[in-house]
Amino acid sequence: MFDTLTSRFETVFSRLRGRGRLSVEDVDAALREIRVALLEADVNLDVVTGLTGRIRQRAVGEELSRALNPAQQVVKIVLSELTTSLGGERLAVNYASEPPTVVLLAGLQGSGKTTNAAKLAQWFLRQGRSPLLVGADLQRPAAVEQLRTLGERVGVPVFSHRRGPVKAASASLAEATRTGRDVVIVDTAGRLAIDAEMMDQARRISKAVRPDYTFLVVDATVGQDAVNSAKAFHDTLALDGVILTKLDGDARGGAALSVKEVVGRPIAFASVGEKLEDFEPFHPDRLASRILGMGDVETLIDKAESAFEAEQATETASRLLEGTFTFDDFLTTMQQVLGMGNLRSLIGMMPGVPRELRGAEVDEGRIGRITGMIHSMTPQERAEPDIIDASRRQRIAAGSGCRPSDVKALVDQFKQMRSMMKGLGGLGGKRVAASRARSSASKRRGTGGRTTPKGPVPVSKAPLTLPGLEKGEWPGLN
Amino acid sequence: MTLLLAADLDGGGMTPLIVAGLVALAVALVVAAIVVLRRRRSRAPGAGDGATAVGDAADRVIGRLADRAAGAADVPAPSLRDRLSRARTALTGPLTSALERTSVSEEAWTEVTEALIRADVGLATSSEIVDSARARTGAAGDDPAAAKAALQAELRERLGGFDRSLARRGDGERPSVWLFVGVNGTGKTTTIGKLAKREADAGSRVVLAAGDTFRAAASDQLAMWAERSSAHIVRGAAGADPASVVYDAVESAAARGADLVLADTAGRFHTEQNLMAELQKVRRVADSGSGVVAETLLVLDATTGQNGLAQAQQFTEAVDVTGVVLTKLDGSAKGGIVVAVQAELGVPVKLVGVGEGIADLVPFDTSEFVDALFA
Repeated sequence: MFDTLTSRFETVFSRLRGRGRLSVEDVDAALREIRVALLEADVNLDVVTGLTGRIRQRAVGEELSRALNPAQQVVKIVLSELTTSLGGERLAVNYASEPPTVVLLAGLQGSGKTTNAAKLAQWFLRQGRSPLLVGADLQRPAAVEQLRTLGERVGVPVFSHRRGPVKAASASLAEATRTGRDVVIVDTAGRLAIDAEMMDQARRISKAVRPDYTFLVVDATVGQDAVNSAKAFHDTLALDGVILTKLDGDARGGAALSVKEVVGRPIAFASVGEKLEDFEPFHPDRLASRILGMGDVETLIDKAESAFEAEQATETASRLLEGTFTFDDFLTTMQQVLGMGNLRSLIGMMPGVPRELRGAEVDEGRIGRITGMIHSMTPQERAEPDIIDASRRQRIAAGSGCRPSDVKALVDQFKQMRSMMKGLGGLGGKRVAASRARSSASKRRGTGGRTTPKGPVPVSKAPLTLPGLEKGEWPGLN
Repeated sequence: MTLLLAADLDGGGMTPLIVAGLVALAVALVVAAIVVLRRRRSRAPGAGDGATAVGDAADRVIGRLADRAAGAADVPAPSLRDRLSRARTALTGPLTSALERTSVSEEAWTEVTEALIRADVGLATSSEIVDSARARTGAAGDDPAAAKAALQAELRERLGGFDRSLARRGDGERPSVWLFVGVNGTGKTTTIGKLAKREADAGSRVVLAAGDTFRAAASDQLAMWAERSSAHIVRGAAGADPASVVYDAVESAAARGADLVLADTAGRFHTEQNLMAELQKVRRVADSGSGVVAETLLVLDATTGQNGLAQAQQFTEAVDVTGVVLTKLDGSAKGGIVVAVQAELGVPVKLVGVGEGIADLVPFDTSEFVDALFA
């Protein structure tokens, strides 16, 4: 639906190559595009204004380095500014000298407080703590039951009290001391920031438990209003941090930036899926590229890691690089890729994907037809596509309900891909130099593995051109 | 820092998992390329023209915004108003203040555009609306009254003209099924609870289908609502196939002579292909037995930003959404994304949730909504 910021910039800067400095006009032209991208990502209008002001300051007069084109140069500035805005200080959880350490969760209805209370409990459990979950949401029917079920699942006791949320919260401290739990996580009812009565209740709960950490749970799909509610919650509860939820969808999550700017407290955790394990400390750099529509390579890699069996994938990959990749390998890999989720959202996570691809409706039914065609091939044909002649094509087409020309297109493209990938195998020596240029991709675990985007680079040399994927055009990874 | 990271890289080498990632990228790209190349061949010319026009309009507004934004960088502190005073500002908000000057300037139109963007209408749609309103004003030029009328007329026209009634397609034998879909946490279960009460009070015999078998205690939550409206509820075990729960509910409704089944489903992201396929199955099954699906209602949270359009698109594509329920409109969020949803997909808002009470579910009113957009 949206163009990537880079492809917008390419147009803006196409006339600029070869000059040594960004002029004010060039920067302003780029800033217009940045504003569009940020607004489409649901960053609050006022926050957009502040941000672009800072970006302008940094970008005007910036000396152009030779390694990058102007578009990449500006993207780099934008990305670093966004990452700084989202990051800054990190939240380090210091446990109270006199247990229990109390954590209070608050937020709008449906932002995911109850689920994330359980996720947080599991996180503390893994830190070697023994948390207690407290159900102080007596507003929503069955909210406490939901918490109990989740508590059972993670193996954490749940405490509640029928005599009201404030009572439940305050009594939980004694309960924690009695049962030797050293972290108390209080789940509160969802409330609107403009609901004076409910906000007062939140204040009273907070007073009763004197939390060490108060987290605002914010949904990544939230729009412009995020600042209003965050401000109100901050004024009432003095927030210590933010938990960003529902990052498993394709929302850009610009609201996080708004909230961060308004509240000035770090985003501590991100919830990236429905499973209780899908909860992790927040990565500002990942969200920054996501907000700019530049893909989310690291999330993609994480997904790949869980979808692929390492050993089999290594084998497949080495065959790919040797040029002995077969249709069977292709089929298996394709199925694994599909297992990673919606193809369109996967494409969305890849940086630098050209607009034709990003905007395209990926009809997964067509993938079914490709599968059908491969299934209609004999094992020998799958291993050696070169033997597929007109009569074999006819048979495969009949077997899969396609036209012989479809089969031809598939086989041709398969062969192209195979020779492209074989070419890639010879690039090994350049890997270190190339990976240094994209070093930020490895920020997280330093496994050296974040060089994955290397994969499709040589695509640009083959007839199956994917414009925008040329070497060195990996924005945000420089 | 860069050096440090580079050192990390050099030490790590290629692990099998990286190879896995490489293959994933390569194949996903190739597959996508095949699909796109084929599609491009069959695509009718001129399909992209509309998008370009929108882009131009947006560009102009962004230019205006950019000019204005040059100075002020601070985020003004939004004040916490109670609902009443918020309702009052609806009449004195930016719309009025911008347009009740002696003459309508470029500046004023920019402020209007900003107000729309702040209401989550979205940049492209906001620009379109303002451009059309300006075109309408035409010869009247900078007369504030005319400008205001034009803007309101434009919005009402965009939002108006839809049948917002909730359809019943059943007959004496076959109950109507209303299926509720949406992403997590938008308020599907609560909406069903309120609606059950409303329809039961209006004389319908209602059966609730607890089709959210995924979220912990979702069916308990629905059961409590069922109690409040004395509706019959059909539940399945946790993790049960939602389609089977809905099927059982429909059969049970038919057997009891009930005329309406409200079917809950688990919240799911529109990007989760398998879960969307599951939803398609639920809809198919609900239609296949003794019942008939009369409405598929997308529950959309008023706080949702631009992602709401993607949600609506994907759900409509998957299960043919017939209407939107806009929830949580009692907060400070304006729900402006439904303007785009209705314009792009032709799916009207049918109900609005304005509070947690059982009576706080009301029909959508275009004029009220338009006024509130600028509050």
